[in-house]
Amino acid sequence: MKNLFAFLWKYHFFFLFVLLELFSFFLVVRNSYYQSSVIVSSTNRITGGILNTYSGITDYFSLRKANRILAEENADFYNRLSGAFIATDTNTFFLNDTLYRRQYRYYAAKVISNTTSRRNNYLMINKGKVHGIEREMGVATSGGIVGQVVEVSDYFSRVMSVLNMHSKISVRVKSSGQIGTLIWNGRDYRIGTLIDIPTHSKLNIGDTVVTSGFSHIFPEGIRVGTVQDFRINPGDNFFTADISYFVDYNRIYHVFVIQNLFRKEMNELDANKNHTP
Amino acid sequence: MIGRNIIRFILLTAFQVLVINHIRFGGYVYPMVYVYFILLLPFETPGWILLLSSFAMGLGVDFFSGTLGLNAAAATFTAFVRPGVLKLLKSEKEYEPGLQPGIRDLGFRWFFLYALILITVHHSALFFLEVFGFSEIFQTLYRIGISSAVTLVFVILMQFIFSKQD
Repeated sequence: MKNLFAFLWKYHFFFLFVLLELFSFFLVVRNSYYQSSVIVSSTNRITGGILNTYSGITDYFSLRKANRILAEENADFYNRLSGAFIATDTNTFFLNDTLYRRQYRYYAAKVISNTTSRRNNYLMINKGKVHGIEREMGVATSGGIVGQVVEVSDYFSRVMSVLNMHSKISVRVKSSGQIGTLIWNGRDYRIGTLIDIPTHSKLNIGDTVVTSGFSHIFPEGIRVGTVQDFRINPGDNFFTADISYFVDYNRIYHVFVIQNLFRKEMNELDANKNHTP
Repeated sequence: MIGRNIIRFILLTAFQVLVINHIRFGGYVYPMVYVYFILLLPFETPGWILLLSSFAMGLGVDFFSGTLGLNAAAATFTAFVRPGVLKLLKSEKEYEPGLQPGIRDLGFRWFFLYALILITVHHSALFFLEVFGFSEIFQTLYRIGISSAVTLVFVILMQFIFSKQD
């Protein structure tokens, strides 16, 4: 026992190093993409509060209130759009007399921290659990797609930006209707990559790319970007296209968080699909 | 001495998360200026303090950057290699008791090499851990190179600005 302690003491520098690294790795893995919220979380009231205060100071003082009102009005406006409703079956009798049922609800939120130059970029917004934000909600601005909520605390949420290696979003080329996947290669924050578009379909430079609505996170038709360039990689049956984003991710201040009120139902249906013969 | 390091700890965390993290340098540049704290810890700092304080520094930055564990791991690793780097550079200058790691006591050449090695080690650990693999190795190397260079400029500037009053 004495020898053991002597040994540990002799190499304590190394052992402490290993211990701290293991703890850091544990945090990295637990905190990374899609892990459930943890006790030690980077989205907590203290850090969020400080970032929020900081963001408040750096806001243009006179524009602050105007921006907030504008964002809230916009969210309200989106709530009234027919796109926020889903048509219920018209061939049967109605027990309730609503022809449309709301599918999406929009919440206005303010960005309090944001990065674009890292390989994996995240934003923090000033709305959280108490405001009704949950994980896996979509985030967009009036200009286009931003990302999805990956972590929520009481008053703040962390959003995985589309500028992230873990971000995969189902999108549609508007002209041909082909479905592809939007990823980011980490190079330029203005340019995304569209993959999985079959080569037999037609793709043109300047085509608009929008969300497909297949992911249950984003409504259909949220603007993503335009095709800037495309190519077929050797040995590939799919196009790889560079997408010029509509949104300047370096300059986003107000966003909408989009709640799909039918997501749970849709996911349950998805989970049951292997039971069909 | 201890007080000065604690103040430096707090100021550098604040500078990193409230200023540097909010400046968009564009492209791949993401300087991690807080490494300056690890660089400037006194030579006679016991190993466990070196490791724990660097870990705390990284964790502090992590809390505000939404990258929990990432900077902590990189900073701890930097602290771990620091004694080795000091030994490696010893042939250039003897570390007499009371000397501080810095340009004033050990000269520009020594400090430049010392900072260059440790900053590169730190940024390599950080960016490789962020990508979690070697799949985009050239992009990651480019990221490391350019961010290290910017950090190095900041560190040397801080040496010139703050070392006189010390």
